[in-house]
Amino acid sequence: MRSSFNSIRRFTYLLAGAAFAVTSLQATGDTAVIKGSKAASMESCVAETNDIRRNHMDYLKHQRVETVRDGIRGAKFSLIDCVECHASKDNDGNALPVTDEGQFCEACHAYVAVSPACFQCHRTTPMQGNGSLGAVDLEQMKFQSLNASSLKEWHPVIHAGSESAR
Amino acid sequence: MSKMYYRELYCGTPVRYWAGMALLGTIVAIALGAAFYMEHNGHWVTGMTNQVVWGLPHVFAIFLIVAASGALNVASIGSVFGGPMYKPLGRFSSLLAIGLLAGGLVVLLLDLGRPDRLIIAMTHYNFKSIFAWNIILYSGFFAIVGLYLWAMMDRKANRYYRPIGFAAFFWRLALTTGTGSIFGFLVAREAYDAAIMAPMFIIMSFSYGLAFFIITLIAAYMWGDRELGDLRLARLKNLLGVFVGAVLYFALVFNLTNLYVTQHHGVESFILLNGGVYTAMFWIGQVLIGGVIPLFLIYSPAFDKARWAIAAASMMVLIGGFFQIYVIVIGGQAFPMSVFPGKEVLESSFYDGTVGAYAPSLPEMLLGIGGIAIAMTMVAVGARMFKVFPESLEDPGESA
Amino acid sequence: MSVKNDQPDMNRRKFVGTTVAAAGAVVVAPGVLLHTVAGADPESRGASAKHRWGMLIDANKCAEGCSACVDACNSEHGLTGHDRPATDAQWIRAVKLKDNSTGHINRLVMMCQHCEHPPCVDVCPTGASFKRTDGIVLVDRHICIGCRYCMMACPYKARSFVHEDLENQSVNAPRGKGCVEGCTMCVHRIDRGETVTACQEACHDTGHGAIVFGDLKDPDSEISQALKSQNSRQIRADLKLNTGVRYSNL
Repeated sequence: MRSSFNSIRRFTYLLAGAAFAVTSLQATGDTAVIKGSKAASMESCVAETNDIRRNHMDYLKHQRVETVRDGIRGAKFSLIDCVECHASKDNDGNALPVTDEGQFCEACHAYVAVSPACFQCHRTTPMQGNGSLGAVDLEQMKFQSLNASSLKEWHPVIHAGSESAR
Repeated sequence: MSKMYYRELYCGTPVRYWAGMALLGTIVAIALGAAFYMEHNGHWVTGMTNQVVWGLPHVFAIFLIVAASGALNVASIGSVFGGPMYKPLGRFSSLLAIGLLAGGLVVLLLDLGRPDRLIIAMTHYNFKSIFAWNIILYSGFFAIVGLYLWAMMDRKANRYYRPIGFAAFFWRLALTTGTGSIFGFLVAREAYDAAIMAPMFIIMSFSYGLAFFIITLIAAYMWGDRELGDLRLARLKNLLGVFVGAVLYFALVFNLTNLYVTQHHGVESFILLNGGVYTAMFWIGQVLIGGVIPLFLIYSPAFDKARWAIAAASMMVLIGGFFQIYVIVIGGQAFPMSVFPGKEVLESSFYDGTVGAYAPSLPEMLLGIGGIAIAMTMVAVGARMFKVFPESLEDPGESA
Repeated sequence: MSVKNDQPDMNRRKFVGTTVAAAGAVVVAPGVLLHTVAGADPESRGASAKHRWGMLIDANKCAEGCSACVDACNSEHGLTGHDRPATDAQWIRAVKLKDNSTGHINRLVMMCQHCEHPPCVDVCPTGASFKRTDGIVLVDRHICIGCRYCMMACPYKARSFVHEDLENQSVNAPRGKGCVEGCTMCVHRIDRGETVTACQEACHDTGHGAIVFGDLKDPDSEISQALKSQNSRQIRADLKLNTGVRYSNL
């Protein structure tokens, strides 16, 4: 009984999320970002929201070639930064994977029936909150923090964004 | 010579045909299930490791691909070399070639780490890679042999018969050269890295392809209750004998050359003397079952026209050929790579200097057998749809 | 010049030649210029052929029982094992060797040797195995189909195949089931402008200092100086692959 209630509730959430996504696609002012994620506190994504919605896959695909083949990093469009900003946290403060049900990437891609292949290899949660260049501590699978200056240096976009949001 | 009539394959009662198809379909379904199981869990559930990276599926795939190009030989003898006895068999020869290649490629594809990326294999080419060339050679083979089949079956296209026949013959030579070169071009491993690999694969294809052809021909004519003359089978049998002898000769030259080169003594003694299962497969599988016994069955006057002896010889050629490819593919990887010449490896976490362990798993086996079933299914469907088999292959002069 | 001359009209030829050359310059020049402008900012340009990254490993300094570099590499790239040594990924490994004729015992670490002429790149059907302009050999996992031909071709057993589903990967090394992988020479660090790899850092921290990393094309770099002053060798030098990783005291 309880489980069916749960699944109904989950389905309702999904419907609500889908409806939310539809309306947000129509009205520019609305937002599909997950509450509690870093993105929720920011004015806009690294480019205009409509542009990102329509073209993020092309930007990321272009960027992946430049990064892997030519070693160009810290550019405007970066999958690490997507996860960084759009992952939300559960009640205990742990990051939720962006591919979990109802989370930012999954909700919209499920709605449009597109399966993003990114996360077959890429990480689905930020590393240590906003630290994205740390190493994995294999003992406890926790993540070493990095000093803020190196982050600023290599992720100017995030920081410029968060500053403008303030 | 009496006129040839070709007719679709009906097997007396529909039940007989559909029961055969159901059997093949079941095997294919099990193979697809096995492939899904392996892909879903990842390759750790197979016998393959970071040391032996190509396993049983590759043995099956290479075996089928090599046999495919060889199966086309009967058609080539009919058109390129003008053998009237072989010409009526040309259509079936082409159909079998297409089927075997498709079966082999399905196995190869389903063993990729990322079979979902087939489209990438078709759109991204590194032209220095013999593998990339093979993708083109395999696709082209389907197209050319398809045209060849059409030229043989459609009277209006008959004038293209000879040029397409020639094109198909050269294409199949290129294809097997490419397949052999997959190993011939590997400098890293001592068991490979030899130019003789390409011609050796060509002669292997002659032998395996013809053996496949003889077996399926006998089976199809039994299945369809049609007449198959002894004279034609005797011709095929004698040809098979020549090919089996040639395969043995190439194996001899390949190993003799290696024995002359001091650097290769290690790998030679591994294959010929102390490689355990690989040594056994070489001597008992490849040489005895795949060479000596078939030659005896083929050339001994005691079995002059015995059909069971011809079928048994062909079957043993196939089994021996399977072992030969097993020894090449897996034995060649199991032999430790000489990363540090002149040094003995005392400790390594990555199995440096030790013989690679490989035990084939059941799913790999099922996938490989499924490849053969796919080939046979395609042949059975093709033979039912098109006029491939002559209504009767009685010996000339017996009738009409 | 006479009109009825059977000699070719050289003026006309010259004119045609000059026109074609000018048109060519007009077409090509903007591209060249733009390229130069684009290359002006070294920070954002990533890999450059002005560098060739390499390593020198001193077999005498590689200490018995030490696994600092291996652990650091695993941690840096999030390489977690499943206690299945035959299928677990190993980007760097320690090997202990004994000379067949002299009995001399050595210890060293093996990883991708970042060849100038990498066999893995030659054989890769899709071009997923590639060499960056700065000499680092990588796998582009976006187009790797998992055929493992590169593993057949590599003379150093430097590559691993991912045999199972992964999660919680490091951002330093996105990796997933069904693709082949190997040492990246900490390319994420190099692109950030650092010139220390995780393994070198760890080896240095233990006090052994067996690994020197640096730019082989910079004559003043530590590694170039070291290579100049002492004898070193490439593993399987007979294959003439011109490896980026060299060994001394082997």
